Amino acid sequence: MVVEIHEERAGQWGGFSHAGTKLALIPLDWGRASILLSLFARLAGFYCWRYGMGLRGAAAIVGIAELPTQRTNPGRSSLGLIADVTREVIKDAHIRKEDIDGIVTEGDSTFPAMAVEYLGLQNIRFGSGTSMMGASGATAIAHAASAVTNGFANYVLVVMGFARNPAIVPPPEGDGGMGGELEQPYGPAAGANTGYAMMYVRHMAEYGTKPEQLARLAANQRFNAQENPNSVFQGQPISVEDVLNSRYVNYPIRLLECVMPCGGAAAAIVTTADRARASLNKPAYLLGAGFGVKAGAEWQMDNLTTTPVARSAPTAFAMSGYTPRDIEFAEFYDCYTILESLCLEDSGLVPKGEIGPFFESTDTTYKGEFPINTDGGQLSSGQPNLAGGFRHVIEGARQIMGKAGARQVARNDLCLVNG
Amino acid sequence: MTSEYAKPVPTAGINPEITQPFWDATKRHELSVPYCSGCNRHFFYPREACPNCLSPDWSWSTVSGKARLYSWTTVFQPGDTRFSEEAPYVYAMVQLDEGPRMIGNVIDVDANHYLSPDKVNTRLEAVFEDVTPEWTLVKWRPIEDEAKSGRDE
Repeated sequence: MVVEIHEERAGQWGGFSHAGTKLALIPLDWGRASILLSLFARLAGFYCWRYGMGLRGAAAIVGIAELPTQRTNPGRSSLGLIADVTREVIKDAHIRKEDIDGIVTEGDSTFPAMAVEYLGLQNIRFGSGTSMMGASGATAIAHAASAVTNGFANYVLVVMGFARNPAIVPPPEGDGGMGGELEQPYGPAAGANTGYAMMYVRHMAEYGTKPEQLARLAANQRFNAQENPNSVFQGQPISVEDVLNSRYVNYPIRLLECVMPCGGAAAAIVTTADRARASLNKPAYLLGAGFGVKAGAEWQMDNLTTTPVARSAPTAFAMSGYTPRDIEFAEFYDCYTILESLCLEDSGLVPKGEIGPFFESTDTTYKGEFPINTDGGQLSSGQPNLAGGFRHVIEGARQIMGKAGARQVARNDLCLVNG
Repeated sequence: MTSEYAKPVPTAGINPEITQPFWDATKRHELSVPYCSGCNRHFFYPREACPNCLSPDWSWSTVSGKARLYSWTTVFQPGDTRFSEEAPYVYAMVQLDEGPRMIGNVIDVDANHYLSPDKVNTRLEAVFEDVTPEWTLVKWRPIEDEAKSGRDE
């Protein structure tokens, strides 16, 4: 059922103080995508007709599913997990398998055709692999929404999974770029740690950001994860001191500021707003979306402290008609404390350079005045490879749909998701 | 030069024919980077079209070998275990005085001193390490007294 609210009310609710003023073995993230999810497709039809504002209110998530995040999944394949989570999302969305006529995968380790084959899908009229690395999940929702809005399909399955089965050795990672020639001879740290560490140094040097401020981010998210049965870290709370006392993997990144590589899977069903209104679930309407892509290698970026979110978020906000002040809670990509921090700044939720004071003055737990990464995020739930970034979409939709159980946020009408 | 160099040497990237003159220059202990005649700028890494203006008209230019430390990470846990013995060490992003950035190591320093952001902008000069008969890597050493080397920050 769709409930309409007035602009003024949303504005009031959006208030929070701006004032207070792999070991991550993951590929380089070269892009970011921002999406706005809402329970309310407020005046959506009118806005789309009147202003031609892209995807505003045109599509919704009507079903979600997530497998528990685990360090490994012995005996399982990634496609096997994808089958499990697809079975669950079909059930959650109250549709039939035959209703699925579109599919979006991350397009890196799972091509659309591989999933279509394994799942035995026979009616696919739309397919896409996003190839946006960590941003693949949020990107996929926008692709799916575009597909249903333009009539390519009616029910798009967005699905990502990674088994991390120790018996199945993944093909060696290669960025297809210059890493082997111009980086490896000098001994980079593991995976994406290197580039994000160099961003972290620049942010400290340019804005005076302190590790103890970002440690609060990690501790708050671990608090949230204690209410998430799908988290690999449930039952293991951490304090700011624990974060600061954890060893350097590579300065300035400490162990508890890195994601843990895991296995898991997640899925969502996206359909048109018209069909969503008939859903037995409260739909999570997509109100806006935007994208940004940066150079793969950080040393090829002009500015190390600005992420592609500086481009994706304004697009999403303009499409939605909302502003950062209207947002009630946020689910943000968080392979490292520093990357989440940079993205929060670039989204407009926190003024540039003020992420440190923000975390000192703001309770970002699910009980707090501005909840962030209410399921613990990837830092405190684990990173099932490219399904890791997708978890932010799933949690955003879960909160909007009112399915978050003990960690349900008080105000769940408008969420900003960053992949 | 050690006879058995145990760490990785460069492996072919996007187009090894394009980058070969860079490595030929390092063997001569010269730092040479592309200079674009379309936009009159240096760039790095070498590629078939200038990343600034996409012009294919560029030539090799020997540069000063002076740079500043743009950012870095002090590596305690290397991605490749062949570096483990020398950890911690400084893996650096340096910005050449001519503009482009490149990756290297800051050497002849105590890496435990590189645990504070105040090392940003440290002045550096290129050092060439002949690691095998085929390969010479470019590394970076802090400039003790810039005045003596005849250049101001």
